[in-house]
Amino acid sequence: MIEWLTMVTWSPYVAGGGIGLLCCVAFLLSDKPLGCSTAFARTSGMLEKSVRGNKTLDKPYYKKFAPEIDWEWMLVLGVIVGAFISAILSGAFRILWVPEEWMQAAGYSVGIRWGTAFVGGALIGFGARWAGGCTSGHGISGTLQLVVSSWIAACCFFIGGIVVAMLLFRVVLGG
Amino acid sequence: MFSNLHADKSRQLLIGFLIGIGFGFLLQKGGVTDYNVIIRQLLLEDFTVVKIMLTAVLVGMIGVHLLRSFGLAKLHPKPGSIGTTVIGGLIFGAGFALLGYCPGTVAGAVATGALDALFGGIVGILVGAGLFAALYPRLESGILRKGEFGAITLPDLFKVNAWVVIVPVVLLIIGLLWAIERAGL
Repeated sequence: MIEWLTMVTWSPYVAGGGIGLLCCVAFLLSDKPLGCSTAFARTSGMLEKSVRGNKTLDKPYYKKFAPEIDWEWMLVLGVIVGAFISAILSGAFRILWVPEEWMQAAGYSVGIRWGTAFVGGALIGFGARWAGGCTSGHGISGTLQLVVSSWIAACCFFIGGIVVAMLLFRVVLGG
Repeated sequence: MFSNLHADKSRQLLIGFLIGIGFGFLLQKGGVTDYNVIIRQLLLEDFTVVKIMLTAVLVGMIGVHLLRSFGLAKLHPKPGSIGTTVIGGLIFGAGFALLGYCPGTVAGAVATGALDALFGGIVGILVGAGLFAALYPRLESGILRKGEFGAITLPDLFKVNAWVVIVPVVLLIIGLLWAIERAGL
């Protein structure tokens, strides 16, 4: 058991099967699909509220998704804790400035990597709320419910992702 | 059966947190809190992300629909339109490639010590989500309404029992996974 918990990686089929079971538990105990992106929208609203005050709450989007802690917000907090426990148990926790694949293609360029990550993050935050979900909300929870919009969204996530990753790594960075 | 539990807000927050711990643990153990694994997926060199997602969908699809057959779960389909789902999905995809994490795995990556996920990714996602909230009134009346198809599932669309769709999708997923393994990816 301990050896299993300290293993660096599990088979993707075990990890994926476990996530599928968690989806079932979430439907049973909470009547909710797993999803991560609204927690970011709510947090953004909470931060804006702390600067601009209650005017923030007048925005139509925050009337739909109130800037407050909810089930999904706690889920994302749990993801941070769970990944931390897993990384500590397997000795995989380490401070990382620039990931390996990036370094091989673009060198040890902290500023460029973080800037690219920021632009990517902004597109993800914007695109996830535009599409109404992310890789978990649409990509896993929506597709497993056989939702039409989620299957289309999941395909578009990967089409956009593959095209831009190929352009970035094969053309721009020339790796 | 669990409607009292569903209505209990504080216990729900605790359940959400506990499920999140399991989710984060599995994402890290599966290897997808690592930028390298995700970017190699998008470069079609490593299929860990697709294997995890397809297995999760396979197990979750059968499980949730079984629960539903016993009256223990309700579906929550999200609405969509060409304007929302396709355009938003492609914007998300572009961001996915530049960041190398998605909203769930970026949270997990931060917890394994990835500073690009924290200072680039999390900050960026918060800015992007805030920007969407600011532009929402203008988008909502225009582009987001283009080509609406509503909150429907594939069985609704084909007007069949859910299992008529589940069985071929299960076979398709198993076939895809088999092909990926056979190709040595």
